[in-house]
Amino acid sequence: MPMQKMCKIVEKVMLNPYAVSMALDVGELSREISYGQFVNIKCGEGLLLRRPISICDWQEGVLRIVFEVRGEGTDWLARRDAGEYLDVMGPLGRGFRLDREGRYLLVGGGIGVPPLLSCAVGTGRRSTAVLGFRSADRAMLLGDFAASCAGVRVCSDDGSLGTHGFVDGVVKEILEQDKGFTAVLACGPKPMLRAVAAAAQAYGVPCQVSMEERMGCGVGACLVCACKTADGHYHHVCKDGPVFDAGEVDWNA
Amino acid sequence: MRNAVDLRVDLAGVELKNPVVMASGTFGFGREYGQFYDLSELGGICVKGLTAAPREGNPPPRIAETPMGILNSVGLQNPGVDAFIAQELPFLRQYDVKVIANISGNTPEEYGEMCEKLSEAGVDMIEVNISCPNVKAGGLAYGTRPELAAEVTRMAKEHSAVPVMVKLSPNVTDITEIARAVADAGADAVSLINTLRGMRIDIATRRPILKMNTGGLSGPAVLPVAVRMVWEVAGAVNIPILGMGGVAKGEDAAQLMLAGACAVAVGTACFADPYAPLKVRDGLAKIAGEQGLDKVSGLTGSVRPW
Repeated sequence: MPMQKMCKIVEKVMLNPYAVSMALDVGELSREISYGQFVNIKCGEGLLLRRPISICDWQEGVLRIVFEVRGEGTDWLARRDAGEYLDVMGPLGRGFRLDREGRYLLVGGGIGVPPLLSCAVGTGRRSTAVLGFRSADRAMLLGDFAASCAGVRVCSDDGSLGTHGFVDGVVKEILEQDKGFTAVLACGPKPMLRAVAAAAQAYGVPCQVSMEERMGCGVGACLVCACKTADGHYHHVCKDGPVFDAGEVDWNA
Repeated sequence: MRNAVDLRVDLAGVELKNPVVMASGTFGFGREYGQFYDLSELGGICVKGLTAAPREGNPPPRIAETPMGILNSVGLQNPGVDAFIAQELPFLRQYDVKVIANISGNTPEEYGEMCEKLSEAGVDMIEVNISCPNVKAGGLAYGTRPELAAEVTRMAKEHSAVPVMVKLSPNVTDITEIARAVADAGADAVSLINTLRGMRIDIATRRPILKMNTGGLSGPAVLPVAVRMVWEVAGAVNIPILGMGGVAKGEDAAQLMLAGACAVAVGTACFADPYAPLKVRDGLAKIAGEQGLDKVSGLTGSVRPW
């Protein structure tokens, strides 16, 4: 069950010039979290909508969020400091269906990278991560992934870090060599998800994707964050997702 | 200690235990916010707008944030009236809260058919939506022409065994003209305001944020428009008013009641704070108490205009 509460920022760290990591003292809320869920955070008094931020990882009583400044809301959030309180609603959404004994190929792009960290930790160093960033100065959490994964591959759009190019090239390379993955779990921009879903399908590996859409309530009441599924219906990212089976999504919508 | 203020209000013969109703389209069928508190705390719930057949709604993005407001273009996504009766109404019936079914039709006949089904299924009241800005057929077209609004109202009344409330659009030159038309056609109450049509453009891409280009504005930005329109309608008709538009706290609700509303609906405020309706209720009780009223209904229509 989701809850709403005031949570103290216990740590704030810049992961790079753009990405903010905040650890929040959330108390009993942490017991409700599962992989790939998000929290909806109120960002000041002037903005009516909360901002959905994915949960990067968590421990008893503490969760960590990682976000980049995208607009007024996240700008306000980024200016909060340790010791201040945030109005947090969560955990929300239907996350990754994850077998903790499984071995996953975790594919993240940009700010889609953080929520995969909990999946890496949750599967006890058996999973492999492919992490894509626009450029080296946007890379984040590489040490955390290295410590929690069997292997990590890094790509950058401009070639300034790791393999030059998008993640789907590396995903194909890995799936070609290694047939033993339980599933591909992906989070990132829609074109990336579409390409990764196509690669997973080509190799016959199940794939789950975490989708994004402009959100209203965050709990499934207002119906604005529509995601068209292959059966022609609109589902809602906040309640039916954010994680969908790649086969459920209408990639042409 | 002062005696507690009596929060009960009468909305066209339907007794609400307090004046706070959830606005249609912001509260689904109650399940989501029911995770946060007991729905029996509320006076009433106007459920998500229903249509005769299921509707998928509009393509996303369906929401854009604006100064103290939001624009939406959901487009009446809903499972249809039959699925509501079978799957959602029994859930709501577990709670001691008045259930108000909000309906939109493509034709007057469709409004009639839905009223029949819903009355029989046992909703407490029907809210006839003639003001949705986000659908092409029906919806707003009925809400901007007095003769069509009256025709839909007559059809709803003829086929309904429970009180009929007509939801009015602010997107008209003179809202009192429509209010009079539906009152004369037999409406038991009116609710207002629905959202104001608006638009927001991304200056970098030169694209509207909403995929439908325009949408309906709600939130605190529209409160003064709502107060003015409730005041005008209260002066024009003798049927009760459910006031809504930007209510986020007790003071907002009190303004709508002073302007002439019997009860108030809370909508957009829930997105920021799920507990907003309960705070509005408690805020109203406090204001009424401080003003020496023993009943919150004493606020209704008691504005002292210059």
